[in-house]
Amino acid sequence: MQAQQTLIRSNRFRPWEPVLWLAALAIPVLLPHYALIVNEIAIVALFAVSLDLVLGYAGIVSLGHAAFFGLGAYTAALFCKHVSPDPHLGLLVAIAASALLGLAASFTVLRGSDLTRLMVTLGVALILLELANKLDWLTGGTDGIQGLVFSPVLGLFEFELTGRVASYYSLGVLLILFFVARRLVNSPFGATLQAIRDNRLRAMAVGIPVHARLVSIYTVAGGMAGAAGALFTQTSGFASLDVFEFHRSADLMLMLVVGGTGWLYGGVVGAIVFKLMQDALSSITPQYWTFWLGLFLVVLVLVGRDRLFKPWTWIRRGR
Amino acid sequence: MLTILFDGIAYGMLLFILAVGLAVTMGLMNFINLAHGAFAMVGGYITVLLMQRMDVPFLVCLPLAFAGAALLGAVLERTLYRPLYRKPHLDQVLFSIGLVFMSVAAFDYFVGSTQQIVQLPAWLKGRTELGEGAWTLGMGHYRIFIIAVCAALTVLLQYILSRTRFGSRLRASVDDQRVAAGMGINVNVVFLSTFAFGSGLAGLGGALGAEVLGLDPTFPLKFMIYFLIVVAVGGTSSITGPLLAALLLGIADVAGKYYIPKMGAFIVYSLMIVILLWRPQGLFVRQGGKA
Repeated sequence: MQAQQTLIRSNRFRPWEPVLWLAALAIPVLLPHYALIVNEIAIVALFAVSLDLVLGYAGIVSLGHAAFFGLGAYTAALFCKHVSPDPHLGLLVAIAASALLGLAASFTVLRGSDLTRLMVTLGVALILLELANKLDWLTGGTDGIQGLVFSPVLGLFEFELTGRVASYYSLGVLLILFFVARRLVNSPFGATLQAIRDNRLRAMAVGIPVHARLVSIYTVAGGMAGAAGALFTQTSGFASLDVFEFHRSADLMLMLVVGGTGWLYGGVVGAIVFKLMQDALSSITPQYWTFWLGLFLVVLVLVGRDRLFKPWTWIRRGR
Repeated sequence: MLTILFDGIAYGMLLFILAVGLAVTMGLMNFINLAHGAFAMVGGYITVLLMQRMDVPFLVCLPLAFAGAALLGAVLERTLYRPLYRKPHLDQVLFSIGLVFMSVAAFDYFVGSTQQIVQLPAWLKGRTELGEGAWTLGMGHYRIFIIAVCAALTVLLQYILSRTRFGSRLRASVDDQRVAAGMGINVNVVFLSTFAFGSGLAGLGGALGAEVLGLDPTFPLKFMIYFLIVVAVGGTSSITGPLLAALLLGIADVAGKYYIPKMGAFIVYSLMIVILLWRPQGLFVRQGGKA
């Protein structure tokens, strides 16, 4: 009984959760200037939550999560160009396509060490990058797919330049998928995932179908990352090779670690901090801001995340 | 066709020299170091800058590139890497990506983002052709030089590893650190010197490869995947594994780019994934050692 109650309690909504979401929804109206960056944050937050499912909950270190993001982006772009400009259908198709890729790719991360998984995930992203680059009759090669015009959201709201509609669209999708993910990780299914992450052998011994669980979470995470990619294409109107690049996966990992892994809001917090930091740094040194990003990473790892973000622990006790 | 094979071998040998340090350090410390390419880049830039700005001869630059990268490796090992050996792999990955980003931006700032060109001495330019028809073997002199240097280094490494006292200490530490330390081997010194030597080799590889691979500030990012392929496919427990993996990769890459340019690097990546699915611990793994 005791254990059940703690599980249920950890699942309950905290008072600050609605406040955070309401604040996010209010910003595009109150501060129209920030609507574009809210949109960007919502997209990367969704992407980071998707990586958190894989890394934070299932313990798979992935350096190639951009594969799903990019596939979603290109699927949405191609769907708009060749089939229909409706963003909702495009989003669904993109989610389906990247979930399929997730399903196929999940079989590559079941075996092997961290290094092997790192290589395989990275390899999948690089293969897709190479394909998008070489299949220029389909993807436009290095030019990408440009000048896409999507029909209005819900048939009512046209995408405009200020980004207000775009930000609400992205926030809406983020909200829905976030709560899907929240439900998922707080279910018995999520508990078994964490058991697998903590000790795979023991999880197997108590009868958890380890491979089936990893396959399903990887598929779900692939679909979510694809949704983020589709949002990126639909709100910016283009898809280019950049969506598959390595730095996208690396930045994503940084965001997640800043915010904290194994905690869904970690992805959201990390996305906010990272985007604001990127905005501030790149306005100071547009070309060399990656240096400061790298320095931040090195310090973060050496000092340790907990100590870096809790300055009050610096003085108490030497160790 | 023989020419392609020859170029592939030269390329593979170069990759081996670049990656062997990574293989040994990864096997030794179980540390995923994505920043290995940064040491290679340091070596490359030392060579290029010395030759361009101070007219130092090419052959003098190579040992200097080795020494510079080795020194940097030793300093970084002592100050930054050592606290991270016991941390989770995720931390190591983040840390080394951070180093890569810093090195890329730093070289961009100080040297500029343009591709650097190495002026080879006259005796390394030119080509020799043997045979005729389909079996023509065209050998660039510089590639012969690369193969010779790399082959000599490989023999030397194999000798050090299998015949000297340091080599046996190193192998003991790779197999089981704790027992090795218990037997009175100073594992920290073994780590430090191996890391420095591996970084130095990467620097030398970067210097040799500046002409073949191209040298610009994004070098560590561009070739990171190649080094990792060599290590992941070759395994980390011997140096013959990475050697064969590097040769395979070099030949596959050169042949793939020549015969099916449309597919580009696609073949290499697919091959890697297939091999890793088939043998997740690498192709050439010695049985019995501790993973």
